[in-house]
Amino acid sequence: MDMFLQQLVNALSLGGTYALLALGLAVVFSIMGLINFAHGELMTAAGYGLIFSLLLGVPFALALPAAVVVAILLAVLMERVAFRSVRGASGTTLLLTSFAVSAIIRVLFQNFISARPMAVRIPMALSGTIEIAGLHLGIIQAISILVTIAMLVGLNLFLHRTVLGRAMRAAAEDFAIVRLMGIRANAVVATAFAISGLLAGVAGVLWVAQRGSVDPLMGFLPVLKAFIAAIIGGLGSLSGAVAGGFLLGFTEVFLQAFLPESLLSYRDAFAIILVIAVLLYAPQGLLARRTVVKL
Amino acid sequence: MLLSLNPLPEAILDVRGLKVAYGPVEALKGIDLSVRKGQIVTLLGANGAGKSSTLNAIVGLIGKKAGNILFKGRDVASLSPERIVRMGMTLTPEGRRIFPSLSVDEHLLLGGAAHSSRSSIREVREDMLERFPILRERLHQKAGSLSGGEQQMLAIARSMMSSPELLLMDEPSLGLAPQVVDLIFDLIIGLRDRGLTILLVEQNVSLSLEVADYGYVMANGRIVLSGTADELRNSTEVQGAYLGA
Repeated sequence: MDMFLQQLVNALSLGGTYALLALGLAVVFSIMGLINFAHGELMTAAGYGLIFSLLLGVPFALALPAAVVVAILLAVLMERVAFRSVRGASGTTLLLTSFAVSAIIRVLFQNFISARPMAVRIPMALSGTIEIAGLHLGIIQAISILVTIAMLVGLNLFLHRTVLGRAMRAAAEDFAIVRLMGIRANAVVATAFAISGLLAGVAGVLWVAQRGSVDPLMGFLPVLKAFIAAIIGGLGSLSGAVAGGFLLGFTEVFLQAFLPESLLSYRDAFAIILVIAVLLYAPQGLLARRTVVKL
Repeated sequence: MLLSLNPLPEAILDVRGLKVAYGPVEALKGIDLSVRKGQIVTLLGANGAGKSSTLNAIVGLIGKKAGNILFKGRDVASLSPERIVRMGMTLTPEGRRIFPSLSVDEHLLLGGAAHSSRSSIREVREDMLERFPILRERLHQKAGSLSGGEQQMLAIARSMMSSPELLLMDEPSLGLAPQVVDLIFDLIIGLRDRGLTILLVEQNVSLSLEVADYGYVMANGRIVLSGTADELRNSTEVQGAYLGA
């Protein structure tokens, strides 16, 4: 039983990180039909933001938000420089543009920072465990779960209570009509990118805090997983992305924990089989929605 | 009899030589039309004549076009829809295009997003809810759950939330039951009586000539006929093609 609860915490923590990343992909996709493969670089940027803030002597508690801000700024910059000029273009054009952005940023990281992993000094206070009702919880995992919940609640409030949030939900259904309300298309798109940067930044910081190092390719694998999660949930559906993220996280953690040792190396294969099964049953994803992407 | 001495009201919209092409296909081949303040002007024509393209180009949803679109004396042909809406012109699009998962109230609040203060949004919203009592009853329902007629009223109310001086309406009666069509037309007259200027595209030719002051007939991307509503109603072309006489 203890073992099960322990794994549950692991699954919530990993699934939450996937959920944040998948949500960032979905927010941008729902607005402009772009699958942003440079999303992983936003995570990496947050990691380097953390490292350099600490090197500059910023206290850890302030370096965390600074790292997230780096990811937000990079996301907005990406939109302004690369994606604005191809807005409304075909899905293929958008996809190839995002591959290019991803490759360029990765090379910049490799050449101007370091191709090798750089260590992040995580304060001792965070690397321990706490005991709650006989359970040993990793502090970082506990924080990660709490932060994920806070982000999901915050984003939900933003989308339902503010003009820009409502405009984003409306734009996901019919962008042209949102412009007929006098709402600037550029503001809506820039906000979507800023939110995706925020989510990737937070996920990046949580990821780095667990691994203790940053390297230029760091974002690739988690964002690939997040992309799978977003597909399971139904691409463009925000609640679908969150559901997909948790489903994938749970699957991975429980396969890891309960598969016999001889099958462990097939863990990812089993996870992907599950994804295929879901898509056979619901080709549009679990929480599919109709998307109209017209600018 | 004094009426004849009144000069015609000034034009709020003046379109000159408007051309639009979709790839190699010319949808509009040089449209000239003007809409005078306080009037209802109707744009008639068969499917594919270019009526919707004309409205979409005027309000800025079609970016690539040639010609001049003078709104309140200023050329808006190169402006974005959001700029044009903030200047006081908007469009109630064909097919209603409501946001299915947003509530009725959210539509109204978004529609008023261009207002500078919360209090003026609240004021216009209250005005709309008085004009459309059914929307007050449905205020927190998702728009996707409304009937066709209710969705059309919501689409009009959403447009009116930006307090436009000129409203373009694309097929407001399409697919609605006859008594609902009457309701929508009563509403259009009511809006005009309140000082709103309307450029109306409608399938229902006899009804739209009944409410309109002036009309244009389009065919194959051109204006082929224009005149007062009475002149058009009595013209043999319009009678033959649209009124089934």
